[in-house]
Amino acid sequence: MITFILKKLGKLAALLAAISILSFILISYSPVDPVRSYIGAEISRISPEQQKNIEQYWGLNQSKPQQFLQWAKALTQGNLGTSLIYREPVSEIIIDRFSASIALMGLAWLFSGVFGFLLGILAGMNEGSLLDRLIKSYCFILASTPSFWLGLLLLMFFASWLGWFPVGLASPAGSLTGEVSFADKINHLFLPVLTLSIVGVAGVALHTREKLIEVLNSEFIRFARAKGESGIKLFWRHGLRNISLPAISLHFASFGELFGGAVLTEQVFSYPGLGQAVVKAGLGGDVPLLLGITLFSVIFIFVGNFIADLLYVVIDPRMQIKPSHD
Amino acid sequence: MEKLKKIPFSETKEMKSLLEVKDFSLSFPQYKKGFRESYIEVIKDFELTIHPGEIVAVVGSSGSGKSLLADSLLGILPENAEIKGKIYFEGVALTAKRQQQIRGKEISLIPQSVMALDPLMKTGQQVQSSIQNKKEKKRIQKEAFQKLGLPKDTHKKYPFELSGGMARRVLIATAMVSEAKLIIADEPTPGLDEQALEETLTHIKQLSENDRGMMFITHDIHAALKIADRIAVFYGGETVEIANNEDFLGKGENLRHPYTKALWRALPENDFKALKGNQPEAGEVFPGCVFEPRCPIATDFCKKNKPKSAMVNNGIVRCFYAES
Ligand SMILES: Nc1ncnc2c1ncn2[C@@H]1O[C@H](COP(=O)(O)OP(=O)(O)OP(=O)(O)O)[C@@H](O)[C@H]1O
Ligand code: SF4
Ligand SMILES: [Mg+2]
Repeated sequence: MITFILKKLGKLAALLAAISILSFILISYSPVDPVRSYIGAEISRISPEQQKNIEQYWGLNQSKPQQFLQWAKALTQGNLGTSLIYREPVSEIIIDRFSASIALMGLAWLFSGVFGFLLGILAGMNEGSLLDRLIKSYCFILASTPSFWLGLLLLMFFASWLGWFPVGLASPAGSLTGEVSFADKINHLFLPVLTLSIVGVAGVALHTREKLIEVLNSEFIRFARAKGESGIKLFWRHGLRNISLPAISLHFASFGELFGGAVLTEQVFSYPGLGQAVVKAGLGGDVPLLLGITLFSVIFIFVGNFIADLLYVVIDPRMQIKPSHD
Repeated sequence: MEKLKKIPFSETKEMKSLLEVKDFSLSFPQYKKGFRESYIEVIKDFELTIHPGEIVAVVGSSGSGKSLLADSLLGILPENAEIKGKIYFEGVALTAKRQQQIRGKEISLIPQSVMALDPLMKTGQQVQSSIQNKKEKKRIQKEAFQKLGLPKDTHKKYPFELSGGMARRVLIATAMVSEAKLIIADEPTPGLDEQALEETLTHIKQLSENDRGMMFITHDIHAALKIADRIAVFYGGETVEIANNEDFLGKGENLRHPYTKALWRALPENDFKALKGNQPEAGEVFPGCVFEPRCPIATDFCKKNKPKSAMVNNGIVRCFYAES
């Protein structure tokens, strides 16, 4: 067990190092000039000396490898640097933005998990029926639907046309942080969560369906039926147990897609989460923020996969004999 | 192995039967381009009677529909299967509804594959679930495991922790703890070496104590002869012969059907000469006798006419030229 965890942590460290180098190289080839995008339209009013000063202040006059080493050195001391566009420590921005995103992602993750699982069971139980075919086609369509497109659709329908929900942001525009009520928050969260949940359902549902059909055709279900078990009791004792673990595990392993979906969805709804910040950082050439969020998302996805693996080791009796199964 | 008390066929006729199957057939619709084109008849004209305390073997080669026969009796066939014929359990018609009520209780299955154990449930729990007496289930399960020579901690184990032989004994235990009057053992002795075979057969024979009846499904005539009182030979989905255990001796002179004789002679201790050719495929249709293509004594008459089952020498046979 300990070796299993240590092995995984080692992998994470290697992954983080590789990702940082890769992203840094990619960013250094980006055509965006951070100073230019920072100053914006005012650029003509600033003298070349002043521009030089800013570059020096940000350390942009050093060579690329030097810049990277400096950033990495600071990182090992727990310092992610300062965001160029927000002029705040990157770590603070991440914490702040992530706490907004986590509400969105967490709720969407929960809903898509529960509904995906239920849909999968419904389809699997009625394999080949009209219901099954409906659910299946629904999932296949969803699996190829970009979340921003669905988000726009929902936005048009519910917010613009019906006016039931606000068009964007996490709270009514102009209100102070302390004044935002719980109902307001829910109101603003509703559409983004709905978008992300609807898109997230497909994977779990299809997987659960496959697994359930496999289990229902298994020898042990035949035997359980021969022993006189049937209906709900049969499903509860032998079906559910055998399909829930893979489903939960798969759902944890889907943190990557969740994060990706959140980036696009937040953009559509101008929801001030991590996803929106990463887009701004990318467009604004904000290297420290971009790298910080990238690393954070790697850790986030890694945690999901780690929990998925851990679940098998801890819960599935078949795994306890040899814990590291990779 | 000592032989069980023998019941000559003429006497059993007057006894109350436990299970009686008559003119039973099972088929699957075959679809071509979405239309129901034809049926594959997997089992046809099947007949068998089992009395309390009796072990009747059903011997047939792989894919001949033996497991489907077991499923038919339990009422757990795939939905598309269509069956015809009569099944009586303790003299009363065995309807789908009755099957649902009594399966696992009065009719118990020992499944063919060790995969029949739920991989995520401890073996003890799986066996206990088929015990009627809920208060005593722990004790009953423990006694059964002990009787079958399973180690003390087996009930705490998951199926993947058991050897194949142990898993098989756990499956036998489920039938042992049930209060079933009829046990259907579906090929419980596949590929065992001689010693393991003896052991398993002893365990299975223990099950037929207390006047329980047993249907012992196997493709191994050798294993069948060790414990069965009567042997029903299954060929091409039909019962071609039901013989008594003691008919199998010498060169097989007492056997009635050419196929049974061939099976007997193919045993290593006899001539060890296997019959040429293969079993007909499921769904192959014969206007005459199913065995005609391989029968050494077939005539033109056999090609065109179907032999009906007849009593010959205290057994049942489906051949025009069977003689006592
Ligand atoms: N659902 C189904 N639809 C169509 N054909 C089927 C179906 N289930 C089984 N069969 C066919 O019925 C035949 C008999 O199968 P069954 O499992 O009963 O044979 P068996 O005698 O038990 O064989 P074995 O000795 O290998 O266990 C097989 O040829 C199989 O292809
Ligand atoms: S009926 Fe004819 S073909 Fe069939 S087993 Fe008898 S002799 Fe052979
Ligand atoms: Mg079988």
